Amino acid sequence: MALRATPVPDNAPNKITVKELDFFYGDFHALTDITVDIKEKAVTAFIGPSGCGKSTFLRCFNRMNDLIPGARAEGLVSLDGQDIFETGVDPVDLRRRIGMIFQQPNPFPMSIYDNVAFGPRLQGVSKKAELDEIVQHSLERANLWKEVKDILGRGGLTLSGGQQQRLCIARVLAVEPEVMLMDEPCSAIDPTSVQKIEDLMAELKDRITIIIVTHNMQQAARVSDFTAFFLQEVAGDPAILVEYDRTSNLFTSPKDRRTEDYITGRFG
Amino acid sequence: MSKRITNAIALGMLWIAALITVAVLGTVIGYVVINGIGELSPRFIFTWPEGVAAEGGVWPTIVSTLYVTALAMVIITPIAILAAVYLAEYAVQGRLVGTIRFAADSLASVPSIVMGLFGLALFVEAAGIGFSMLSAALALSFLMLPIVMRTTEEAIRAVPKYIRWGSYGLGATKWQTVSRIVLPAAMPRIITGIILSTGRAVGETAVVIYTMGQAINLPVSPLDSGRPMTVHLYLLAMEGINLPAAYGTALLLMILILGFNLGARFFLRRNRKV
Ligand SMILES: Nc1ncnc2c1ncn2[C@@H]1O[C@H](COP(=O)(O)OP(=O)(O)O)[C@@H](O)[C@H]1O
Ligand SMILES: [Mg+2]
Repeated sequence: MALRATPVPDNAPNKITVKELDFFYGDFHALTDITVDIKEKAVTAFIGPSGCGKSTFLRCFNRMNDLIPGARAEGLVSLDGQDIFETGVDPVDLRRRIGMIFQQPNPFPMSIYDNVAFGPRLQGVSKKAELDEIVQHSLERANLWKEVKDILGRGGLTLSGGQQQRLCIARVLAVEPEVMLMDEPCSAIDPTSVQKIEDLMAELKDRITIIIVTHNMQQAARVSDFTAFFLQEVAGDPAILVEYDRTSNLFTSPKDRRTEDYITGRFG
Repeated sequence: MSKRITNAIALGMLWIAALITVAVLGTVIGYVVINGIGELSPRFIFTWPEGVAAEGGVWPTIVSTLYVTALAMVIITPIAILAAVYLAEYAVQGRLVGTIRFAADSLASVPSIVMGLFGLALFVEAAGIGFSMLSAALALSFLMLPIVMRTTEEAIRAVPKYIRWGSYGLGATKWQTVSRIVLPAAMPRIITGIILSTGRAVGETAVVIYTMGQAINLPVSPLDSGRPMTVHLYLLAMEGINLPAAYGTALLLMILILGFNLGARFFLRRNRKV
């Protein structure tokens, strides 16, 4: 397994800071006391058994949880030093800066072109030439351009699952986000597309901060610079962040017994 | 052994029930077709009724029926869509929305003759619109609005959550998500619902008899009166004026409604493939 050749320096700035975050779905306490710094222009992986709140945590960063009735966060999450839960922060603006890729590819029922142009159009870009350029550039960055350049007018849903996922990535890249949240982006797609997505992540992290939730520990080890391990120790109790470290450290010499159990259990 | 017999009996009863259904439908359609087919001709469709026995054709009644149906659709569609969007997307789901839905469902089951009477009192007389396409279309919309609203609401709710998330995730506002993603995605099913309810409007008799009038007339303005096919059929048959023409009109009505239903199916199927 090839670990990253050029490590992110220790003094890299923090893009996102989380302090003592607790999260609730109504009466259900899903996460407790999460404190973590997400480094800028790095790939951070969230791992842990299913149901331990990785998606929940991810959705805090772009306040997608606001859409869930009864959901509530306590604590601090800041982006570039600005508290995102502050009343002055518009979640709509926040989501332009923090894009999200979901486990299930979710292209809109419209053409490939219109899918990618959707975000820029929301922001008022309407010139054909400008949109053309954004669409091409975004599809290139998403490693999809070569496959779709002659069929841009075709429905996004006619593509294969893996192509659809890359289309969704292109759609997010078209709004030039600073952070990209990826919630198990590879769990429902073909291996060729997985490879292409891992490649594009390596290229993108020069410019954007990526957080990826993954079930696949080899993938976490391949693509990420930092890894956070979450665990819900007792059913019904809130989940905690067990260990957070450079990926190379966490996978080779975990400090916590529970981390070691988890990664060895799954690696065997 | 006894299990097998029970099974056979159950299967037999299902078969008989299905057979009865098909037989009833077949008899009705067959009866109308056999009696009406002799009347059908371009002349019957495209000319006016003549003389006391209404010899000749039914053209003005076809136009009246299509006119009032189209007008009702124009009135209903925007209202139904706005109401459904509100109910499905904006209203806080709770007792109030439940009450609105219950009211809509109840409205949908008001006997159409009551709605006709209401249309007569409100539009024809109180509002002074008189017997006209407009009065009839308004009364018809009262009858159909709840149905179209419910099918529209269901179409909107059927748009998958994760497609909405994709839109919100790109920094779309709620209205942008609803107008640019949810409604277009729901549109094939919304249109199908509207077309299907059109069939209902074409076949409606009680409402229009009180609101459109009975005079044979080719309507041009919405304020013109007319006589729809259903009322024409009713008068021809009840007063024994011209039974063959009544069957001919009945057959035309069935063809029209079948056409709308097939149109809706075709539309939905074609749009599913996209
Ligand atoms: N919308 C929701 N409403 C209530 N509970 C939820 C909701 N989404 C997730 N949960 C609960 O929160 C916990 C964490 O879920 P999730 O964040 O999806 O975990 P993971 O992504 O790690 O599998 C689970 O117990 C799940 O049942
Ligand atoms: Mg998850």
